[in-house]
Amino acid sequence: MQRNFTRTLGMMAMAAGLLALAPSCTKDLNQAPDYAATSNVVYADPAQIQQVLARLYATFAVSGQTGPAGSPDISGIDEGFSNYIRQYWQLQEITTDEAVIGWNDGTLPQVNTLQWNADNEFVRATYDRVFYEVGLCNEFIRQTSDANLSSRGIPAASLSTVRQYRSEARLLRALSYWHAIDLFGGGPFATETDAIGTTPQYRKGADMFTYVESELKAIDALDDTNGALLAPRGIYAHADKAVLWTLLTKLYLNAKVYTGTDRSTDAITYANKVLSAGYTLSPSYANLFLADNNTNNARNEVIFPITFDGTRTQTYGGMTYLVHAPNGRAYTATQAGIDGGWSGLRTKPALTSKFGSTTARNPSDVRSQLFVFQGQNPNVDTLGQFTSGPLIAKYRNVTSTGAPGSNLTFPDTDFPMFRLADVMLMYAEAVLRGGTGGSATQALAYVNQIRTRAGAPATTAAALTLNSILDERARELFWEGHRRTDLIRFGVYTSGYNWAYKGGVASGRDVETFRSLFPIPNTDRVANPNLPQNPGY
Amino acid sequence: MKHPYLEKLRFLCLVLIGLLGCVASAWAQSSTGIVTGTVTDAKKEGLPGVTVLIDGTTLGSSTNVDGTFTIPNVPAGPHTLVISFVGYNSVRQPITVTAGQTTRASLPALTENATALGEAVVIGYGTARKQDVTGAVEQISEKQFVKGQVTNPEQLVQGKVAGVQITTSGGAPGAATQILIRGGSSLTGSNQPLIVIDGVPVDNTGLAGASNPLSLINPNDIESITVLKDASSTAIYGVRASNGVILVTTKHGVQGDTFHVNASTQMSLATPAKYVPVLTADQFRDVVNQYGTAGQKATLGTANTDWQREIYRTAYTADNNVSFSGAAGVVPYRISTGYLYQEGILKRNDLKRYTGAINLSPVLLNGDLRIDLNVKGSWIDNNFSDQSAVGAAINFDPTQPIYAPNSPFGGYYESTNSSGLITLATRNPIGLINQQRNRSSVKRSIGNVQVNYKLPFVPGLSANVNLGYDVQRGRGTNLIPANAASNYFRQITTNGVVRQGGLNNQYAQDLTNTILEAYLKYERTVGPGKLDLLAGYSYQKFQNRNYSFDDNLADGTVYVAAVPSYSGAFTYLNTNVLIGFYGRLNYNIGDKYLFTGTFRADGTSRFNPNHFGYFPSGAFAWRLKGENFLKNSTAISELKIRLNYGQTGQQDLGNNYYPFLASLTLSNNTAQYQFGNQFFRTLRSDQYNPGITWETTTTYGAGLDYGFAGGRVYGSVDVYRRDTKDLLNTINISALAGLSNSGVFNVGSLTNRGVEISSNLDLVRGDKVNITINANATYNENKLTRLTTSNSSSDVGQPTGGISGGVGNNIQVNTVGYPTQAFYVNRQVYDSNGQPLQGVYVDTNGDGTINSTDRYRYKSPRPQWILGGGANASYKGFNLAFTLRANLGNYVYNNVRANSYYDQNSSGFVSNKTQEFLASRFTSAQYFSDYFVENGSFLRLQNATLGYNFGAIIKKGTTLTLTAAGQNLFLITKYKGLDPELNAFGSGAGIDNTIYPRARTFTIGLNLGL
Repeated sequence: MQRNFTRTLGMMAMAAGLLALAPSCTKDLNQAPDYAATSNVVYADPAQIQQVLARLYATFAVSGQTGPAGSPDISGIDEGFSNYIRQYWQLQEITTDEAVIGWNDGTLPQVNTLQWNADNEFVRATYDRVFYEVGLCNEFIRQTSDANLSSRGIPAASLSTVRQYRSEARLLRALSYWHAIDLFGGGPFATETDAIGTTPQYRKGADMFTYVESELKAIDALDDTNGALLAPRGIYAHADKAVLWTLLTKLYLNAKVYTGTDRSTDAITYANKVLSAGYTLSPSYANLFLADNNTNNARNEVIFPITFDGTRTQTYGGMTYLVHAPNGRAYTATQAGIDGGWSGLRTKPALTSKFGSTTARNPSDVRSQLFVFQGQNPNVDTLGQFTSGPLIAKYRNVTSTGAPGSNLTFPDTDFPMFRLADVMLMYAEAVLRGGTGGSATQALAYVNQIRTRAGAPATTAAALTLNSILDERARELFWEGHRRTDLIRFGVYTSGYNWAYKGGVASGRDVETFRSLFPIPNTDRVANPNLPQNPGY
Repeated sequence: MKHPYLEKLRFLCLVLIGLLGCVASAWAQSSTGIVTGTVTDAKKEGLPGVTVLIDGTTLGSSTNVDGTFTIPNVPAGPHTLVISFVGYNSVRQPITVTAGQTTRASLPALTENATALGEAVVIGYGTARKQDVTGAVEQISEKQFVKGQVTNPEQLVQGKVAGVQITTSGGAPGAATQILIRGGSSLTGSNQPLIVIDGVPVDNTGLAGASNPLSLINPNDIESITVLKDASSTAIYGVRASNGVILVTTKHGVQGDTFHVNASTQMSLATPAKYVPVLTADQFRDVVNQYGTAGQKATLGTANTDWQREIYRTAYTADNNVSFSGAAGVVPYRISTGYLYQEGILKRNDLKRYTGAINLSPVLLNGDLRIDLNVKGSWIDNNFSDQSAVGAAINFDPTQPIYAPNSPFGGYYESTNSSGLITLATRNPIGLINQQRNRSSVKRSIGNVQVNYKLPFVPGLSANVNLGYDVQRGRGTNLIPANAASNYFRQITTNGVVRQGGLNNQYAQDLTNTILEAYLKYERTVGPGKLDLLAGYSYQKFQNRNYSFDDNLADGTVYVAAVPSYSGAFTYLNTNVLIGFYGRLNYNIGDKYLFTGTFRADGTSRFNPNHFGYFPSGAFAWRLKGENFLKNSTAISELKIRLNYGQTGQQDLGNNYYPFLASLTLSNNTAQYQFGNQFFRTLRSDQYNPGITWETTTTYGAGLDYGFAGGRVYGSVDVYRRDTKDLLNTINISALAGLSNSGVFNVGSLTNRGVEISSNLDLVRGDKVNITINANATYNENKLTRLTTSNSSSDVGQPTGGISGGVGNNIQVNTVGYPTQAFYVNRQVYDSNGQPLQGVYVDTNGDGTINSTDRYRYKSPRPQWILGGGANASYKGFNLAFTLRANLGNYVYNNVRANSYYDQNSSGFVSNKTQEFLASRFTSAQYFSDYFVENGSFLRLQNATLGYNFGAIIKKGTTLTLTAAGQNLFLITKYKGLDPELNAFGSGAGIDNTIYPRARTFTIGLNLGL
């Protein structure tokens, strides 16, 4: 009996002990992964801050943290499909006279034919990527405030470097805000001072323009210890001062569209800064778009590349898309340096005709040598058939010596977002638009430098008109993501100039003027009641 | 963390213990003895919940799970034991008790009487008599299990339980299963129920190398499976109970039993039940010659290959099991071992499973201390075939041969052009199967020791401690030769040397789950009724470790190097801890009025700081049969009305372990970015939600248990409504307000309403002939009641249901006011002959153009009715049983048909179509046509079994049974595809994009009992 009694006591003590232990065990409810990186650790180390900065650039190139797909940045749409460069490029090109895509994916045909609505997932994907980048930059700028840098004990020797990173983040944010102005005429607005979780207010394009302009000028004014950007042509792929000047040039050149006020003089001011920064045209036009364009003479012309690498920067968007999608039929995979084409993108006679013929290359212009007419219908009779429309072999995964890239699926080719020839043409256009600070002579010289490089005959002062600039831009910059903006600036995007399947009819038709802006996606208007819809949608 | 609520709870527990201690001191000794014994049924298996009384006294006990009982303090001298149990004939047994000694009663086996309503059922943390249960609980025991070739335990009860939809993802051995109880309560979160095996809540996370972690449990070791459906029975499992709870009890040894051996062997042959109706080679040649481009016509071959017949086979399966059971002194034991070899009907696909289980259940200290020790171990060797061959066999050009002379791709014919292999073309199905060797070894052990101690000084008080684990290890390798077309272009150039092709990889994952539970149970008579109290604590930790390995080419060259985590290790450990405090009160007045109340405070590491959720429930049952006016009725053998209410939670977000945590993710080696000549792995600030918390489901239910005609007709009817709020839902975040465009928030609500009916009929009951029929029916209606923070009219809902064909095409939408995953399609226009007109749809919004805004919500993948039923007939030694299952009102998007348009764009190859093409003759994709949304209602003969028991042919007490079984013998449906039974929830639900066909299986089995 005594034994029973003590045993009972023992059991009770055990039970009581277990219950007493219980609340202390609730500490175990605080779990974190054994591989967690937290802000306090990451932002205390300049090397890791650089890795976060690299991420701000990578938004343009990849779609998530696991290349080529996986751990996506945004969801609700296929990762590769919604990649920043791929979507930005599509909205700028397949909605114009320069490109057509045959695929039946979702509402892609509506993008092709300027018939999108506010539920279009490709419009949404572009919007989401643009503002994703802005949000990511905001977080970086917030975390690298001077107060945070000092509280986390960043060594003094590294302070100016981290501040330079912060300026780059501000520049990249401005770049994405520019995309928002250009594509959506404004949108939600937040900076590093708005806490995460705050529903942003709407800011219309003209006001966003003012912000971007002041932001860029403020960065430009910083001195070396306070976050000045790298000098032009410093470290490859960094957003340096020349990138900032090019962006300002673009803003000012299009200011009439964005704000109603012509700023051609300002455009010339900043174009001049770029043009005197030591960039030179690559002797070979084709080299600009090849696998080794980060090392061949294209490097002297490209101001801002988005980098890709067959083994280290993989995506199903970006360059993978731009090299694979136009490939097929007579333009073989081997020629493109890839494993196989995707048979999607072609061009329209509206573009090929700018070189004098819709059925053959112009032997005296190397830029038209990139067209493939063989076996293709020179006209776009149907959207869905890859045979309908000439092919373009512009972006390829082979080097200037003809060797294939390091990987047959994912190209090494970098995307030239800004390059010297574009700035030269902007200069010429701003001069023709009446801007001061430049000269007609210089404008003609720049245009002829570009034409000469292509092997095309020089043009004359008399022939150099605004319209000839628009056509020269098409010839020089086709498929580089500028076309929609150019056509809008020249007032011929929605009406007055038609191309195959514009408006959904084979011969093309005028579309509503509101289509020069894309709609704010319904998904975001549901999530954020502060956002008005663009007119017409 | 010190939570005031927990402090209170702890205080209450201590007070309770103190009070009980006082009662103990009132104990007084006299000249008494102890009576013990075991109550068994005709099969010599222990019967739990049986009442054992000393006649003429108030002394008595009820039996435990294994049928044993102990009655202390019995006055010395002769007595009569009265053993009674509803559903069985009572037994009176004389016994003489000696003071100070334990007398073991030798009892005859109880024989069943008219009704089965008195069976003991397993409930959360205990057992109860069926008649005392206040909630919707359904227990299926071994003799009702689905027979035939059953690989996974959940298949044992497929079609047997009202309100439970069990869907295998396909016919592969050990294929994953979805279990949906009462329509499911989640959108983004898991809809799988909690599964508890012998008291161990098991990990249901996917494991690398195992299609279905439950396939590691040998179904032959299972004694019963109990489904807890309503909140009053599940709420005691709090946090994980929203989608129901399944309790699995394995077989045990029996106290005092003699040594038994049971050996069984089964052999099965499985054949494809049906093939996708693709065009024959000749039909295809005609089609290409009529519709194809000149280039396409040129690619046609002269062969006649039926690719589906090439990739499938008649598959053989052997399933052998031996078990030993008995009692060694006070230690009842059961030891079992099993070996399963199962071939899939897809060539080169098989599974070998070795299982072993030991159960020891000693009863010590005069029955006061019961120990239940379970250890189960299993080892599966999987040999996976490339399942993409299933789809490839439908699409591959039937005019091409399997092998091509001089093919550089291992001799297999592949589509090529001047650049070589065409990457967009379908790969040779036989090549896919033969040029891959993907093998895994998966080990799992589940074990626990459960100690139940009856505190001798306090009658009615017992303490229970349960320590358990569930450990899984998955390892595998995948080899694809360099010349295989499927991975031909994986290429790397190092130092100018090009290496290309194939795959030589390994993968691994560890899941470790440990549990500690302790509860006190107190039973006594209070006032007019019997009071049961239970209070407990539960701690469970789930650890999920993933490994990162190099991605290699076939020759072993590193293609992408393994990625170290941020901490530098090559493993990634995720942890989920759950801590719960729970209590239950049962009050039974005269077996007529039954009250149950439960409460659980549950904490999870997945939400922080909102760790804890609180889940109450209450139920009341009025057992009319216990009233005087029905007590003696033979026409009405049981009548009970049940009402219940409760709240349950849901925290399972799958692999999203830390949704609250602000952290940065390091990119892998293939998502680096370049500055200068250097590449950097990038760090990304991730979306997080610091306010994330529980999803809560409130259930209201009412039920009726009935029995008529002397118990020959019995069953139950339940109605329920389940409202889930704070849905863990992936919603769009307004741009710039977060760090992604969407994230998991507690937004939205949905409702499930339904009726469950189950009925059993003993049609013939006799010495020689017995026929029983059972049927169950479930009606469920699912509706989203809220989905976003704002209710904007411009919101079409959340697109979901990605299909094959194009990228980013979603065929379903979640919209408020509609069922989840409703199809969102354009209304097809037909010509006067009923032929669909290509590209012609109804302009539903009347804006003059046909586009995505003209789509409408049409039907849903969810069945309105789920029916199950079967019969069991026996005549002398013969036994015939079958199980039928039907789903009604479930719709399917036939993606295979939708892809059957003629594509003039393919260059250098052509893809086969189904016979659908001859009907519609579409020449462009019409993915969003409602023409492809089909009624998927079906009736399936799940199994039919014929058995003969030779009886004691070896010696007395032995049995020998021979069975023949057929599974999936017929499928009646109007559905035009292979099989309309598809995943019940999640991505892909209701979208038929080729599945591994469910085989038709014939089985011969022999069972010997000694």
